[in-house]
Amino acid sequence: MSFENFTFYLFSAILVGAALSVIFSRNPVHAALSLVLAFFTSAAIWIILEAEFLAISLILVYVGAVMVLFLFVVMMLDINLNRMKEGYWNYLLPALVVSGIFLAEIIVLVGGRVVFEKPSEVAATITSEGNTLQLGRLLYTEYLYAFELAAVILLVAIVAAIALTLRRRKDTKLVNTSQQLSANRANRLKIISMPVENKRSEDKS
Amino acid sequence: MITLSHYLVLGAILFSISIAGIFLNRKNIIIILMSIELMLLAVNINFVAFSHYLGDLSGQIFVFFILTVAAAESAIGLAILVVLFRNLKTINVDDLGGLRG
Repeated sequence: MSFENFTFYLFSAILVGAALSVIFSRNPVHAALSLVLAFFTSAAIWIILEAEFLAISLILVYVGAVMVLFLFVVMMLDINLNRMKEGYWNYLLPALVVSGIFLAEIIVLVGGRVVFEKPSEVAATITSEGNTLQLGRLLYTEYLYAFELAAVILLVAIVAAIALTLRRRKDTKLVNTSQQLSANRANRLKIISMPVENKRSEDKS
Repeated sequence: MITLSHYLVLGAILFSISIAGIFLNRKNIIIILMSIELMLLAVNINFVAFSHYLGDLSGQIFVFFILTVAAAESAIGLAILVVLFRNLKTINVDDLGGLRG
């Protein structure tokens, strides 16, 4: 067994085990940590496939940002796990049927009987300039419009996430400075005229 | 020799695991979001494998955009989750029938 086969099967086993651990673990924190392992392992598989830039960005974006956000939210929310786990196994049979049928169909379709890879062409794409340079050249010329759209999507996501979670607290003592400075005398003090009370003088007399 | 079919079967296994995960953890929104991330990862593995074996870098560009959109999606999803928990004190899917849909 060559080194490529060995690493592929090892990483695939780790990846499938981590994915199973994500869906079967009782604790959401353990599930998030298993998902981190799954992302790391698939980054390793992508390196076998010579997609170094995407592997590194998968680790940076997913493990570094998204999974930390997941862990943050999981730890911040106080979840009643016992209610969550009620009737956990009730839908095991439909789940197995649906995913089993799906998996069987895909394996029948692509499971090696149809040979649509041409290994001779693989060698032609490997050049000395490297994956990142090729990707960058393609991204900034042919896919520039889509790249800018992706930037806009990220901006909209930032605005939406902040706008959703921002709240104005009711009990805050924050003062609006401009409103405070624009107040004049009439807003603060009101002089009213009242009839003179001289009841005491009437009593004396 | 590892062929394209090996990677496609690996992606299919990951995808079906995450389908089963959505069925099993139907009460826990956080695990459902994690299963969606696993599905996107399976699709990305397919894209990278096709890109490698067909010698076309467009697949990797697509993976790049899928990563972008998935990051945006999970950020907004988690923000909605936080707002939901702040208002209802629960993230159990059974308690979220406010719209009676």
